[in-house]
Amino acid sequence: MENIPQGRSLWADARKRLFSNRAAFVALIVLSMITILSIFGPLLSPHAFDSIDWDFVGSPPNFEKGFPFGTDAVGRDLFVRTMYGARISLMVAVVASLVSLIIGVTYGSISGFIGGRTDSYMMRFVDVFYSLPFMFFVILLMVFFGRKIYLVFLAIGAVEWLDMARIVRGQTLSLKRKEFVEAAVAGGLTKWQIIRKHIIPNTLGSVAVFLTLTVPKVILLESFLSFLGLGIQEPMTSWGVLISEGADQMETAWWSLLFPATFLATTLFCFNYIGDGLRDALDPKDR
Amino acid sequence: MSSHLNPLLHVENLSVDFEVGRKSLFSKPKLLHAITDVSFNLMPGETLGIVGESGCGKSTLGRAILNLVKISGGKVVLDGVDLGALSETELRKSRKDMQMIFQDPLASLNPRLNIKQIISEPLEIFFKELSKADIEKRVLEMMDVVGLSRSYINRYPHEFSGGQCQRIGIARAMIVRPKLLICDEAVSALDVSIQAQIVNLLMDLQKEFKTSIIFISHNLSVVRHISHRILVLYLGRMAELAEFSELYNHAHHPYTRALISAVPTPDPKISKEKKSTILMGDIPSPINPPSGCPFRTRCPKAQDLCAQVRPEFKDHGSNHFVACHFPD
Amino acid sequence: MSENMKTPILSVVDLKTTFLTNDGPVEAVHNVSFDIFESEVLGFVGESGAGKSQVFMSIMGILASNGRASGSALFKGEEILNLPLEKLNKIRGHHLSMIFQDPMTSLNPYLTISKQMSEVLVYHKGLSWSDAEKKSLEMLDCVKIPEAKMRLKSYPHELSGGMRQRVMIAMSLLCEPDILIADEPTTALDVTVQAQILDLMLELKKDFKTAIIMITHDLGVVAQICDRVHVMYGGRIVEKGDVNDIFYNPFHPYTQGLLNSTPRMDQNVQESLVAIPGNPPSLGQLSKGCSFQDRCDFCMPKCLEERPDLKITTSGGLAACHLI
Repeated sequence: MENIPQGRSLWADARKRLFSNRAAFVALIVLSMITILSIFGPLLSPHAFDSIDWDFVGSPPNFEKGFPFGTDAVGRDLFVRTMYGARISLMVAVVASLVSLIIGVTYGSISGFIGGRTDSYMMRFVDVFYSLPFMFFVILLMVFFGRKIYLVFLAIGAVEWLDMARIVRGQTLSLKRKEFVEAAVAGGLTKWQIIRKHIIPNTLGSVAVFLTLTVPKVILLESFLSFLGLGIQEPMTSWGVLISEGADQMETAWWSLLFPATFLATTLFCFNYIGDGLRDALDPKDR
Repeated sequence: MSSHLNPLLHVENLSVDFEVGRKSLFSKPKLLHAITDVSFNLMPGETLGIVGESGCGKSTLGRAILNLVKISGGKVVLDGVDLGALSETELRKSRKDMQMIFQDPLASLNPRLNIKQIISEPLEIFFKELSKADIEKRVLEMMDVVGLSRSYINRYPHEFSGGQCQRIGIARAMIVRPKLLICDEAVSALDVSIQAQIVNLLMDLQKEFKTSIIFISHNLSVVRHISHRILVLYLGRMAELAEFSELYNHAHHPYTRALISAVPTPDPKISKEKKSTILMGDIPSPINPPSGCPFRTRCPKAQDLCAQVRPEFKDHGSNHFVACHFPD
Repeated sequence: MSENMKTPILSVVDLKTTFLTNDGPVEAVHNVSFDIFESEVLGFVGESGAGKSQVFMSIMGILASNGRASGSALFKGEEILNLPLEKLNKIRGHHLSMIFQDPMTSLNPYLTISKQMSEVLVYHKGLSWSDAEKKSLEMLDCVKIPEAKMRLKSYPHELSGGMRQRVMIAMSLLCEPDILIADEPTTALDVTVQAQILDLMLELKKDFKTAIIMITHDLGVVAQICDRVHVMYGGRIVEKGDVNDIFYNPFHPYTQGLLNSTPRMDQNVQESLVAIPGNPPSLGQLSKGCSFQDRCDFCMPKCLEERPDLKITTSGGLAACHLI
């Protein structure tokens, strides 16, 4: 056979539109740079994240000695610590978002597609979870299991999937009435096959947009928990912890607040721009 | 149709009710009688046209035959098997023999799948033993049959026009060689020139595969081109059933006559002179249908009897069935 | 039409409408010219995407934001194409009215029929609310809405599709417009209701002397109510003429194909329909030459090279085809 032209899938179309959106494209590049820096950055520095240099306690940025971001109140290199903070913050963001994605999409699509009584029971369960105070939940976890990183992942993921489930359920309800879903039922597919093949792929557009808005929320939540002292434990650190420490000594050591805060803000900015771009790319009105 | 043959499809006293509009938490929901007491037989290789105004239950009837909506009464027997008595798994297996084509060509195709994935889906469900190469071969053959260029196989639905999308839908339905094909307003959303292409395609496919077709449409002029017999529905009940030429030339039911005369003729001299019997008013609510004959509220010939007694659906000779007290 | 000595109400010359899309500019309407006279029904026929709606969206100034119109549209001698909004508002709604396929999209679901109808009169004609309501009631009677008084107090969703279209027609006639543009007004309706609406439009034409422009794809509708017909294909008018000429002596192969593929009730034989092969062209990628070339039975080498212009046919109409 002669060569067959490849079709343009909706995803390929969306990718093209996303990349032609300047703000989103720049945000994507900046975000990838931050990610790469957080992975390889510490290798460039002679200092470890927890090694203390007593000669440079609370030093402002000093390039000769290899402290580009200065040091903190106990003489640890802020550059390496900021990068370690980025690792933790981004990891929390990715893991918690993935947890919320997997549970939320599965739960929401099943609830919406099966409908009827099952749907009301499943959604009431979500409502109950919603009404639990988040801080209470986290404190309870910490008290019972001690302060561990994976608990932070778990706590945030357990809360974030609720929103996702509701959004996916709403999408599913409207998709269920589409003719192609009816065609699938008439075509003899099982419920699970329909959900997997016809429902979930069509919800992923709004899921992707929601996800990019969830990620900054999760980063902020982690920072908030760490700020309160419920999150990451010393000497490990995260952006939230760094900002909290930096805020304490803002007047004497501006650099200890400025650098982590800039990184956090930039990352949040990027995610929001990408989310915006994704929404435009996936839902083009002028076509 | 000769009567000694066994019908492919036997529909008996089929009724479908929907619950609607619960006024308060404690009141009983009202029942909307979408379909009431519909019975007919469909022979192998025959096309039955089902016509009526919107809201007459014709789409619900198609979906009820396929068991896509819950049946409230009566039964549907396909090839000797009572579909209502089947378990969910058995019903799913029997869907190989009955397929459907939908009104909106684009909306009936999953936008995330390419043409190959769409057309091959029924094959993957019903012919699990087929190899990937066999499936692709059959998909390509089917694309030839419905008149789609083979080079389109990797494209996505949004890259096609309405007529081409409908061809994809037909290919998906026909690839498992169903015995029964239900076309629900399959050409209504298409342009006239494309409409003719699709109607001709369906007729060719029927000749080739001996499929029985139920062709649901509000457009009488299209229905008459494809159907052997035509069933007229009004408010979920059967008004008239006859062979197509019999129905067009000697319609007995006043509703059928009004429907036929309302279709505009593409001929200025005829249509400007023609005095059509214009039917006044709208179709009544199926939640609260009129007593007696459902059509009496708009019927030019309605009399007291019509309000009191519902006319029986009976044979007026040569397999021409009518439900009217005063047939023409 | 050439012997018609009357002056046209609306005269459109070389109307061109272009949409700027991501894939470059798309010309939806190309050099369309036509006149419309008092109390006549002018039909615009064509398949979806032929540009027939866009012609009137351009004239009414309701194009999508990426659309640009050029050329000229003289309404009683006054240029109305691309007028500033405030001037345009005085003309549309008042002198030019448009009704659409789906009346639900043009009616506000939160306002009663009475309120929506009166509003037009209060703002356009400066009537008081009570006078406006009286006039609205008259107009509802005029379009034969039963129990008009009661209907005046209902909301759009409480009416059936046919009723809503009647209300739309009543609303568009409130200011006694000179031209009523009906864009597929009966496509979403049942045949029985369609017959009612077409009948109504013909009566209104007689009573109000309104010129009606009927945009439709249904040749049955055209035969029933139009006096003259313009056939559009690929953004151009390919044939224009008297309704009888179009139906009995169609010149353009597209018009012929359209007539052959229209299913008819008045022939007794059951035969397969004569379809036009292929698909309508996508306006973004029109090849040079005639836009109908790849679906035409009579395609000649010249058709691939040169785009035909409208020429006078033997029956006195105009057709854009090299066969002339």
